[in-house]
Amino acid sequence: MTSSSDLATDLFKSAVKGERRSLGKLLTAIERGGDQAEIIAGLAHQVSGNTHVVGITGAPGSGKSTLTGRLLKLFSEAGDKLAVLAVDPSSPLTGGAILGDRIRMDDLAGEESFIRSMATRGHSGGLALAVPAAIQLFDAVGYEPVIIETVGVGQVEVDVAGAADTTVVVVTPGMGDAVQANKAGLLEVADIFVVNKSDRPGASDARRDLELMLDLGHVSGLEQMTGYRPPIIMANSLDGTGADEVLDAIKSHAEYLRNSGKIHIRRKERLVMEIQNRIELLVESTASGILKSELGASSITKVLDRKISPAEAAKSIVGSIISSE
Amino acid sequence: MGDHQQRVILAKLGLDGHDRGIKVVARILRDAGMEVIYLGLRQTTASIIAAAEEEDADAIGLSMHNAGHLTLGPKMAEALSAAGLDIPLIIGGIVPDEDVEELMNAGIAAVLGPGASAEEVVATVQDAISARDKA
Ligand code: B12
Ligand SMILES: Nc1nc2c(ncn2[C@@H]2O[C@H](COP(=O)(O)OP(=O)(O)OP(=O)(O)O)[C@@H](O)[C@H]2O)c(=O)[nH]1
Ligand SMILES: [Mg+2]
Repeated sequence: MTSSSDLATDLFKSAVKGERRSLGKLLTAIERGGDQAEIIAGLAHQVSGNTHVVGITGAPGSGKSTLTGRLLKLFSEAGDKLAVLAVDPSSPLTGGAILGDRIRMDDLAGEESFIRSMATRGHSGGLALAVPAAIQLFDAVGYEPVIIETVGVGQVEVDVAGAADTTVVVVTPGMGDAVQANKAGLLEVADIFVVNKSDRPGASDARRDLELMLDLGHVSGLEQMTGYRPPIIMANSLDGTGADEVLDAIKSHAEYLRNSGKIHIRRKERLVMEIQNRIELLVESTASGILKSELGASSITKVLDRKISPAEAAKSIVGSIISSE
Repeated sequence: MGDHQQRVILAKLGLDGHDRGIKVVARILRDAGMEVIYLGLRQTTASIIAAAEEEDADAIGLSMHNAGHLTLGPKMAEALSAAGLDIPLIIGGIVPDEDVEELMNAGIAAVLGPGASAEEVVATVQDAISARDKA
């Protein structure tokens, strides 16, 4: 226990000094979870809360990684030392994963930047469980900004908005992406829209669809509620067209958050959400431990015998957790 | 070490467009439950080392079909040890039998050629990792 805490502290100190390998190892420990991960997250938390976090989300293959590569280049050229966390799905069957986002970024990465690939490891919502702690770690050792690429999202996977200060939603022409984005609730979470692959036919239609939907937001009052209308940027990430506009839009949104004071609200919400998530995890793991114990077995028998309902069984198990604390 | 999720980097070094094999290997390792960080074509020793540090890789697999293995293989192994990285290096692809010994002497952990089965690929990578962990 002390040795694992010493190890974590040593690695953390050396990562703060800029030792990349230590940072790599800390990220592995955070992903693994457990005591050491908590020690590291604790160390990072004390000195984080400053970096701007940009989330990049959109359908599979929409060009998130390619765009991120472009942003990497622009931020690096401007002298920023940024980190990218690229999330790809784990196979639910084997737990394995092919993490292939990096391939589109490597050539464009500056010497100072840091790219880490992360598998979801069974977590739904487009991110991995370790993402918030990894962001805090990047923040604590001085990366600014931090870009998170989510897995290609499907319907309601909008977790990224909870983890990011600025959420960039990437759509592409011709597939009704804009309509899908609306359905998936991405419209509410987008701070910036990028119509990527604008070299393809239908790009201006995609733009018009988005404008229409934003206009509806204006009518329905969503825009007044948020006080902000997301810009729509046309991009071709293969040749880099539009990437500078995306960069400017990220900077303007960061400024808007700062000037309006919304940054504090967002970050507070983010921490509250993290506490909430951790509560759920703790309760869940304790409860499933109880389910496998004798007490659990007897509850299960009672439910099977129709003496108590599943809801009553759950209540008494959670009750026993609370009274034992 | 039992619950440690293994992370393996796969790359093609230098000018060599044969990427069927490496894609097959990526899929095999994924289906064996490993996390594969796929770097693809045209990598350099420097880009592979940067990735190995950032990704905290447990093994590095190179797929080579351009007859450059006798120069590039040892060069990669040297670059790794110069960087102080103790990560097993595995080479697959087109390597004539008579070259295998020279590669092993240069610090390459294992060499696999055409027709290697999924079981062989997985066992080779896992053995290389556990040999390093025991050392
Ligand atoms: C398909 C092929 C091509 C395709 C490639 C398509 C692609 N995107 O991959 C095309 C037509 C483009 C091509 C072009 C050329 N090719 Co070609 N090609 C082949 C061929 C017929 C099959 C290769 C293949 O895909 N095999 C199937 C895969 C699944 O097998 P594998 O790669 O061996 O991988 C297995 C194992 O080796 C191992 N493995 C591989 N990598 C790794 C990595 C790790 C970590 C591990 C654990 C295991 C592992 O596991 C895999 C599963 O068993 C081989 C001949 C042969 N029989 O191998 C020639 C061959 C590789 N090509 C050759 C040559 C010379 C060329 C060219 C230079 C010119 C030419 N003759 O056409 C060009 C160069 C292209 C370039 N830009 O680099 C030579 C190479 C000679 C050498 N190295 O000494 C070969 C051997 C043919 C020959 N006998 O002359 N080629
Ligand atoms: N024509 C065109 N192709 C693009 C553009 N941007 C990306 N692509 C191509 O689209 C494909 C997918 O790009 P990625 O960047 O990997 O997409 P992604 O959203 O990160 O994909 P996942 O992470 O798998 O969801 C690649 O073949 C890219 O080369 C673009 O602006 N125009
Ligand atoms: Mg991607």
